[in-house]
Amino acid sequence: MSLVSAVIDGALLGGYYAMIACGLSFMFGVMRIINLAHGSLAIVAAFALWTIADRMGYDPFLALIVVLPVMGALGWLLQRAVLERSLRAGELVPILSTFGLAIVVENLLFEYFGADTRSLAPYVGSLSYDSFNIGGGTYVGELAILTFVVAILLLGGLQLFLTYTPLGCYIRATAEDPDTVELVGVNSRFVNAVAAAIALATIALAGLFLGLRTSFDPYAGSMQLIFAFEAAVIGGSGTLWGTLAGGIVLGIAQTFGAQLHPQGFLLAGHGIFLLVLVGRLYLPGHYLRFLHK
Amino acid sequence: MDAHPNVLIQRWTTLSRAIAVIVIALFVALAAGPALLPGAILDKLTVLFIYVCLAAMWNALAGYGGMISAGQQAFFGLGAYLAIRLSEWGVPPYPALIAAALLAGVSALPISAIVLRLRTGEFAIAMWIIAECVRLLVNLDPIIQGDTGRSLIALSTYDATERRAFTYWMALASMGTILVVIFLLLRSRLGSSVQAIRDNEEAAASVGVKVATAKRVIFVVAAIGCALAGTLWLAAFTTFQPRSFFGIQWSAYMIFMVLVGGIGRFEGPILGAIVFFLIETWFGKTGVWYLVVLGLSALLFSLLLPKGIWGYIEDRFQVLLLPVGYRVKLPAGWSDT
Amino acid sequence: MSLLSVNALDVRHGLLQAVREVDLKVDQGETVALIGANGAGKTTLLRAIAGAHRASRGQIHLDGSDITNVPAHQRVAMGIALVPEGRRLFAAMTVEENLLIARASGRQGEWTVDRVMETFPMLKPRRKARCGTLSGGEQQATAIGRALMTNPRVLLLDEVSLGLSPLAVDLVYRSVETLIASGATILLVEQDLNRALKVANRVMCMLEGRIVIQGTAGTLTRERITEAYFGHHKRPVGKTQ
Repeated sequence: MSLVSAVIDGALLGGYYAMIACGLSFMFGVMRIINLAHGSLAIVAAFALWTIADRMGYDPFLALIVVLPVMGALGWLLQRAVLERSLRAGELVPILSTFGLAIVVENLLFEYFGADTRSLAPYVGSLSYDSFNIGGGTYVGELAILTFVVAILLLGGLQLFLTYTPLGCYIRATAEDPDTVELVGVNSRFVNAVAAAIALATIALAGLFLGLRTSFDPYAGSMQLIFAFEAAVIGGSGTLWGTLAGGIVLGIAQTFGAQLHPQGFLLAGHGIFLLVLVGRLYLPGHYLRFLHK
Repeated sequence: MDAHPNVLIQRWTTLSRAIAVIVIALFVALAAGPALLPGAILDKLTVLFIYVCLAAMWNALAGYGGMISAGQQAFFGLGAYLAIRLSEWGVPPYPALIAAALLAGVSALPISAIVLRLRTGEFAIAMWIIAECVRLLVNLDPIIQGDTGRSLIALSTYDATERRAFTYWMALASMGTILVVIFLLLRSRLGSSVQAIRDNEEAAASVGVKVATAKRVIFVVAAIGCALAGTLWLAAFTTFQPRSFFGIQWSAYMIFMVLVGGIGRFEGPILGAIVFFLIETWFGKTGVWYLVVLGLSALLFSLLLPKGIWGYIEDRFQVLLLPVGYRVKLPAGWSDT
Repeated sequence: MSLLSVNALDVRHGLLQAVREVDLKVDQGETVALIGANGAGKTTLLRAIAGAHRASRGQIHLDGSDITNVPAHQRVAMGIALVPEGRRLFAAMTVEENLLIARASGRQGEWTVDRVMETFPMLKPRRKARCGTLSGGEQQATAIGRALMTNPRVLLLDEVSLGLSPLAVDLVYRSVETLIASGATILLVEQDLNRALKVANRVMCMLEGRIVIQGTAGTLTRERITEAYFGHHKRPVGKTQ
């Protein structure tokens, strides 16, 4: 694969990572919770879409119309039933409870769907393997471009929502100071539930594109959580666009790593993550400012 | 204000003295196991001892150090791998197990330099990523043939009965050592530091507690303990398969044992390991349902019974079996105002 | 009937009993000042009235309705607004955004962003500035403006002079006096005794969680207030070593 190809493919992969990471960052930004069930919930969405596509014959994109709001409602429920209590109980509890949830979710999926991998690609015609010729013998996947464009639209839409709508304003304020926000009349429980619903809705979207890109099995959630986390950390927690930058860096590193060694894909990704982490922890602030807000 | 003359600060109560004697007697009885018990029971006890080691170590990290790790399987698998590596280089199997655990402890130092500065949630996932990295790196070694794994061949120089007995004794000794080390650690100055850190890191630092050092010590001790458990598991089951040894299910087991048994209590992980062992014995055959039960229990206990079963018993019945802390014994008629 | 009344209120702050058996009444149009040393419980009391702290005993009534167990954001909707100690603005958001957050209360009334700008003219050029970049006085003005935007019936002001230059404090109090003149009901906490006596109809002094002395600004002498403030009227307990 040519250098240019590798960079382009890696950058486009970053679009997917931004999509899967944005829900994780969003939930952390508003509620200071790292949801360890994040990845397995994306797999839930993927399986839900697959079930509708396989058993009822609908196009996965159409199926999303149902799955997205359902996941959103699930996010609302998750917040009220689990996350709210976890937050009140202390700093360690949300991690333990979401970890427990992740284990429950992936094993229930296994119980119901078995070990076989599934994919959404067969249900979308040739989308998953069509490509554009951008000249010089380099091809770029249609799906990869679509994923990237949707990611940009998602991040942009979310940013506009946060900046210009009253609810977005309340979410930003709650993220900044959850105690004071109650004193100015904002119902922070409601706001947190909305934020969780939004996070899960983005997870549903990411689940669709995951299923189109690759095959998945009930235990694929762990890797998705790890990629999402790595993208968010590389980009620097702060802005949604930072998450996109992080995703692109991760994608490019992984694509290059894959050229070098069969395990290189994963190793290069983890490697760049650790490098950035060490840099962020030990180097004086200004070296990494370009990665921050 | 003068100290009231009849207020006693106690470490050992009558009950805890009795318990200590019982524990020592139990230990001696267990040591006689290979002479008295059938092989199948010895195997099961070996597994139980390994579970206790894992639970005690995870509890040390989370309950005493405030560090929730979703990646202790990094050391579990690393210990087993290093045992195989050392054995390939000619080290006799049982010494290799111990050396492997210590080497894994050494590896924990550079890892600690990265992860200990992270906040709670980030630490958890970062350890998970570290476990993945270790797994990938271990897979690069040609003697580990991908997922088919590799056996600790040198163990076959012992016959089955010998091997079972040596592994049993080593597991018993490891469990005993780990528990004694934790017990002494908690009674020491480090122990008070550590519990202060768990309760409030900033406040602890402000009274001179060396937070970074204390956490590093616990982290390294936990690494050695988990690695030791990994080498013992290898000795018990002979084959090392990366995916199984580095799997996230080990973290799930540890979290379950500690949450259900009682986080931050000395007796908690022991109780948790016993409960886990029983559940696995009775329900392990049901396939993934028992994992669902484990996850659900972790979820429910963290929300509803955060101190675990032992914590509940301690609070409800004011029982303190082993003298890890101090008791203030107030004279009759003392009032609070 | 008083607009705001507090009966036998106990509030714990962690393990500490911060407010003990406090009775307090504020009538419509009145300005009551709460004074006392640091740690006397004034801020905790104000926050308990606003709903940020749970009372362990006692009741709070707003215009006859029992609001003791009503969550904070609903109290804002009912007409209580707190300007917190230290301002607690949303620093990453602009002045205008901070003011518009008050829409969450759903209360209709006279206060708009423009009216706040008129009341605090120093904010006019800073309307689109991020609150993190404002001076102390501008922040205080924004914080008060934010509370006013909820069209409150009772305004709670917690140490509005804290950390401000004397000039800034003058400006803030001039606005407070304008509010008082327009009929607002105010309960304010103030360390500066002079300011408190100047604007308030009644003064209450707190010490160690209790109200130890209260009266109209005219009837209380400085000596009595100072004694109450420092607890000099209490007999010494035990020996010090």
